[in-house]
Amino acid sequence: MSEAFVDQVLLLARRSVVRTIRQPANVIFPLVFPLLLLAVNSGGLKAEANLPGFPTKSLVAFLLAVPFIQGALFATMNAGTDLARDIQTGFLNRLSLTPMRGTALLAGQLAGVVTLGFVQAAVYLGVGLAVGVRPASGVLGVLVLFGFAFVVSFGFGALGAFAALRTGSGEAVQALFPLFFVFLFLSSMAIPRNLIGITWFRDVATANPVSYLLECVRSLIIGGWDGQALALGFGIAGAIAVVALTSSAWALRVRMART
Amino acid sequence: MRVVSVANAVAWRMLHTFLTNPSLFLPALLFPLFFFTAFAGGLSSIQHVPGFDFAQGYTAFQFVFVVLQSAAFGGVFTGFGIARDFESGFARRLLLAAPHRTGIVLGYAIAALVRWLITVAIVTLVAFAVGMHIGGNGIDLFGLYGLGLLVNIAAVLWATGVAMRLRTMQAGPIMQMPVFLVLFFAPVYVPLSLLSGWIHAVAVVNPLTRVIEAGRGFIAASPTEVVPAFATGLALAAVFVLWALRGLRSAEHAG
Repeated sequence: MSEAFVDQVLLLARRSVVRTIRQPANVIFPLVFPLLLLAVNSGGLKAEANLPGFPTKSLVAFLLAVPFIQGALFATMNAGTDLARDIQTGFLNRLSLTPMRGTALLAGQLAGVVTLGFVQAAVYLGVGLAVGVRPASGVLGVLVLFGFAFVVSFGFGALGAFAALRTGSGEAVQALFPLFFVFLFLSSMAIPRNLIGITWFRDVATANPVSYLLECVRSLIIGGWDGQALALGFGIAGAIAVVALTSSAWALRVRMART
Repeated sequence: MRVVSVANAVAWRMLHTFLTNPSLFLPALLFPLFFFTAFAGGLSSIQHVPGFDFAQGYTAFQFVFVVLQSAAFGGVFTGFGIARDFESGFARRLLLAAPHRTGIVLGYAIAALVRWLITVAIVTLVAFAVGMHIGGNGIDLFGLYGLGLLVNIAAVLWATGVAMRLRTMQAGPIMQMPVFLVLFFAPVYVPLSLLSGWIHAVAVVNPLTRVIEAGRGFIAASPTEVVPAFATGLALAAVFVLWALRGLRSAEHAG
């Protein structure tokens, strides 16, 4: 890796991080909204923990996985919207006149999202600890959780970047949000898959990759070390990251050629 | 008459934009259906929780919430349209052209009501198609729609007041978040008697709790809390009429 490439990544990464921090709506909303939903659901669904076969007595521990994945959805929106703004304002056109490499642009753009992903993970975990949740997998599990937060925010951020590069429109990226929300709600978000009473809903949740992302986080918090859940979670998150990054790199080449 | 003609023109324009623009129409229709599917389908096991005694089943239980939620968000989304009108400069031209400006607020409210009626008709058809059971002969269901109407009016007047004061699309979260909180701090997933802790305390003082409990009473053909629920709806609508009209004055002063 050449020194020039590292310099390019660091410069764009710094810009991305600073831009994320300077937009309070981009930081506060992804932090507060998932916690608000956690508070509402953990209060309103408390009776659910009395169902026979429910994996834990603490509903907060069960639902704590949701903010991690919801936060990643916000990462998609942030990364996509920021990149779309760069396209709309002509920043990308000016950048394409420099010797900067496409991979450096993508890596740099995603740095802000990944940084926010770490902050989100720390806040969600901190709130969980404050209300008495103790991760069953211990300190090592917490480190794995941060690793998962990295892969998920990177992968979903790359997905947002792909959408921005293909459409060049912030509004089009924002329009993806409801679609991601559908994936989240039609998963095992609020109840374990084996306790979903309606067969077709259980089948949809089983086919929905978001269920496995949630169950990966959930296994570390309430179940201890579950190799299958971890392999599925990291496998799916990694696959999303690889596919999204490859697609983004291709979309960037197409857009640079267009401009 | 001038108020009515202004209201008709504003409502027609809003509805024309809504019905001919799939990016506005489809989310307004699909979101309530999606919430209905996610809640009634995914969480149906909750009806087996000890103490859950809603005879008509979990689908009917969630249908009431989705009807009221669609009413509230139908109003809020109309507020987004008002903010967009201000950003594009159309609302300023409207303020100049309208002989009686109260008609502008009335027009937006009529548009919100009609778009909710379209949504709730389709949600109701889908609910019956998937086998929702209701108590009695169904006449009580119109009591639920009456409550939805009041919630829709209150929500659109709230969003109108915000949109006319701030006059930017960035006010969207300010319109949406309080409505979201009021909706979800009510007994959404289980009856009030099964809530405990802080959420129970909040739900007890939440005005929308009476409305939801009364709605569920209507669908079970055993009306309960009818007077407090309608009184709450009327009071909210009355307060937000003043809020929206003062917002209109604020927009007028801003020029």
